Amino acid sequence: MDAIILQILNGLDKGGAYALIALGLTLIFGTLGVVNFAHGALFMLGAFCSVTFARLLTISERVRDESVTFFAAYKEVPYLELWYGETGKAIVEWAVPLSILLAVPVMLLIGFAMERGLIRFFYKRSHAEQILVTFGLAIVLQEIVKYFFGANPIPLTAPPALAGSADIGALFGASNISYPMWRIVYFLFSLAVIAAVFAFLQLTTFGMVVRAGMADRETVGLLGINIGRKFTIVFGIAAVVAGLAGVMYTPILAPNYHLGMDFLVLSFVVVVVGGMGSLAGAVVAGFLLGILQSLASMTEVKAIVPGIDQIIIYLVAVVVLLVRPRGLMGRRGVMES
Amino acid sequence: MSESVLNSDKAMGRSPAESHSPKGDGMRGFMSSSRSDYLLVAVFAAAILTMPIWLAPIGAGYPDILQKFAIFGIFALGFNILFGFSGYLSFGHAAFLGTGSYAAVWMFKLLSMNALIAVGFAIIVAGVFALLIGYVSLRRSGIYFSILTLAFAQMSYNLAYSVLTPITNGETGLQISRSDPRIIDNFFGADAHRLRVPDFFGIELQGWPGFYFCAVLLILAFFLTLRIRNSTFGLMLFAIKSNQNRMNYTGFSTRPYLLAAFVISGMYAGLAGGLLAVTDPLAGADRMQWTASGEVVLMTILGGVGTLLGPVIGAAVMKYLEQIFSSFNEGVLHRTFDFLTPELQDIMVTITSPFVGEGWQLTLGLMFMLVVIFLPGGIMEGIRRISRGLRRDRRDDAAPPAHAGH
Amino acid sequence: MTSEILTIKGVSKRFGGLRALDDVNLNVRQGSVHAIIGPNGAGKSTLLNCLVGRIIPDEGSVTFDGGSLLGHKPHQINQAGIARVFQTPEIFGELSVLENVMIPAFAKRDGAFRINAWRRARERGAVREEAEHILEDLNLSDQRDQIVNSMSRGDKRRLELAMCLVQHPKLLLLDEPTAGMSRADTNNTVDLLKKIAERGITKVIIEHDMHVVFSLAETVSVMAQGTVIAEGSPEEIKASAKVQEAYLGGAHL
Repeated sequence: MDAIILQILNGLDKGGAYALIALGLTLIFGTLGVVNFAHGALFMLGAFCSVTFARLLTISERVRDESVTFFAAYKEVPYLELWYGETGKAIVEWAVPLSILLAVPVMLLIGFAMERGLIRFFYKRSHAEQILVTFGLAIVLQEIVKYFFGANPIPLTAPPALAGSADIGALFGASNISYPMWRIVYFLFSLAVIAAVFAFLQLTTFGMVVRAGMADRETVGLLGINIGRKFTIVFGIAAVVAGLAGVMYTPILAPNYHLGMDFLVLSFVVVVVGGMGSLAGAVVAGFLLGILQSLASMTEVKAIVPGIDQIIIYLVAVVVLLVRPRGLMGRRGVMES
Repeated sequence: MSESVLNSDKAMGRSPAESHSPKGDGMRGFMSSSRSDYLLVAVFAAAILTMPIWLAPIGAGYPDILQKFAIFGIFALGFNILFGFSGYLSFGHAAFLGTGSYAAVWMFKLLSMNALIAVGFAIIVAGVFALLIGYVSLRRSGIYFSILTLAFAQMSYNLAYSVLTPITNGETGLQISRSDPRIIDNFFGADAHRLRVPDFFGIELQGWPGFYFCAVLLILAFFLTLRIRNSTFGLMLFAIKSNQNRMNYTGFSTRPYLLAAFVISGMYAGLAGGLLAVTDPLAGADRMQWTASGEVVLMTILGGVGTLLGPVIGAAVMKYLEQIFSSFNEGVLHRTFDFLTPELQDIMVTITSPFVGEGWQLTLGLMFMLVVIFLPGGIMEGIRRISRGLRRDRRDDAAPPAHAGH
Repeated sequence: MTSEILTIKGVSKRFGGLRALDDVNLNVRQGSVHAIIGPNGAGKSTLLNCLVGRIIPDEGSVTFDGGSLLGHKPHQINQAGIARVFQTPEIFGELSVLENVMIPAFAKRDGAFRINAWRRARERGAVREEAEHILEDLNLSDQRDQIVNSMSRGDKRRLELAMCLVQHPKLLLLDEPTAGMSRADTNNTVDLLKKIAERGITKVIIEHDMHVVFSLAETVSVMAQGTVIAEGSPEEIKASAKVQEAYLGGAHL
């Protein structure tokens, strides 16, 4: 029982990442009608916003190491620490969550640039062409990152206050379940971002237009002028959501340049399982598949069905597509005629 | 409306010349005579077999790279039968390539080092595998079909690395060894334990013989593709791509046609995979990864989707560029820009170095985008545009291209 | 009285809360031209879709040539002898005119599925002759090598008709064959349909143009709100007060 709870928890943070990426994918697909294979790259770029920000904060000066007295030793001390003492040190330690400050404007700009510079020319072209051009873009983006950051994973740490494990067994009335705190933070963070996106879509006029557009692609054109700008903003939001998912994921998985591709394939499966163009479907399927994947990697399960952990997500996708072609929460008329 | 999004008239596979030109003659070769078909195959065969001579000046006149041209040419030809002819974009074709390699290596281990047996078995196994995957995947069309094929390929890839290790030898990859049974070889001669190179009835397939073995199979594959395209079956595939709805209301059960195309195309991939094992008796799961599936899509697009020669050209161009770009380093770059002043030389090397060597993938990605954006018809479309431009005289310049037929 | 080739009995279809078809009964005599008229949303196209297997009715039966059509796929229904001309031509835009006509001829000859991956399609003499013959009948011979996408709308419709006729169907369904056509084109189409009427193919026509209906049809059924409200000869329909009220809105005929 405890093991199952633990595995479900393990699935939540991964599920959160899937959900956030899938949310943006399906938002872009539902409003713009574009299949964005570069969405995983946006997740990866978010993660590297974190890396960049952490590096900026730790720009250091070589100073004499006072603790070593019998010879002249030097150590690197971040300027922040030199200038602001303990506050500076805390800022350095909290680099990952603070990266959000950098990631939001950067991802927004990247999103705008992508949509204006490339995606908008592909609204009227076939899905196959959209897939291909964004696939090419994804390769380019990850190669650029590789050029600047190298091929090896770059580990980042969670703030010390959130780094340890928490005993959350009590919450479930179970015995000792020790669980990494940052994963819980990630799960809560993903919920918050999802809530923010839904609130934005439900409560603002802009969100209403977007939802109407997703419900019926035909009416998008009727909803006022400046469709182009609305599309740009939608794409920007999706980029930010994917980027934030990447920023916060860095302490869980050290980012490398092909992180995006790994997540992209799975996120696409998530979108299809949830139902193309369904926001709620993307979120539900994201968590569902995250948890399923986690449960499937239990030793007891693997003993019954060897290798199931390797294929569970794809297997679910195949079954869902065959039994419910529109996905769990897809509607009629999306991607059909 | 067409059922499949990929089958809409915006679909990539449509050759622009077909839709813009009022006359159909020679566009798909459908109107050409059998005699010109044989002529085409003869020219193709001559071009392929003389590659060692005419590709030598650009540094591709050695067997290693030429057999890659041939093998990936076969892979792309087969992929094009599915995507180019019927419009169904499979994103999991590498699964069949990998299966072919594993099957071939198993034949080397169990039966004989004879390449023909290995290649034959690779085709059969890949065909059966394609039948299973195609049967399920073809229940959906458009992007759903793409995702299904991708899912199956990823499953195969993951399983090859994990539980299927007894068959695939996991991360190490499947290799031949001295202790393999090789029943047939052992039956006919005791030297089987010594023989470690795949052969074709005694001719060891390394170096030039290896290339010619692949080249002959490429020519056969090309000839078969040509026949398929001009046949009734080929016509049905083009019709499905054009308007699947009408096909149904015209009395055709389209799924079996698509499944047949899928299996044939999987068998081509199996042949290519088998040949990879013939030229280097080793099979690894990375051959099944979805990036490998993406690669064959790119080759086909680069050359020209739905065209006959395009995929072969696309495969060769890509493998050539891969070879050239990835072997470049700063030293080579400095020599390339030798004619410039030292300062300019440094600048040029700094600019170009991210694109070569390790950065070859960057060039690949850019090439991918540029082709899709500016030349959706691929190299064949480029050639067509140039030749049309050359043929047109000034008088016709004013006339729109649709009526410029001579 | 000749026998009935198509019998529709008590067919109903709901879409959500909307009753698209409500207990439709219709009989089509062998060899006749039967027109279905009615205002937009009366259920004419839905009924046609039930006949070709695109939509499966909730209730009722459809019998064609002695067998039930329900539960059969579109291609099986076509193989049974029903061909359909669509409101907007469903043709193979990227292929040539000749190919467009040869494809249905292959369906008629080889059935729903037969792989012939070796012989050149063009050299299938019998099929080609048949296709050329139909093209000649419909004055499309000159354009046989043209790519269909570059044709005029009227020619596309004529081509779709050729594609249906080459199969020698027992029943031809025409969905507004003259919609959006000029007066001259409409007259040409009417002449064409009259000409092929001589072949004895049973036809069901959905049409808005009363001129077309009354110059072609032997029997007219009037649909409104998902059901058949009147049936009779063109003269009877013209005279019927009920039809005037429900559909024609008192227009002078």
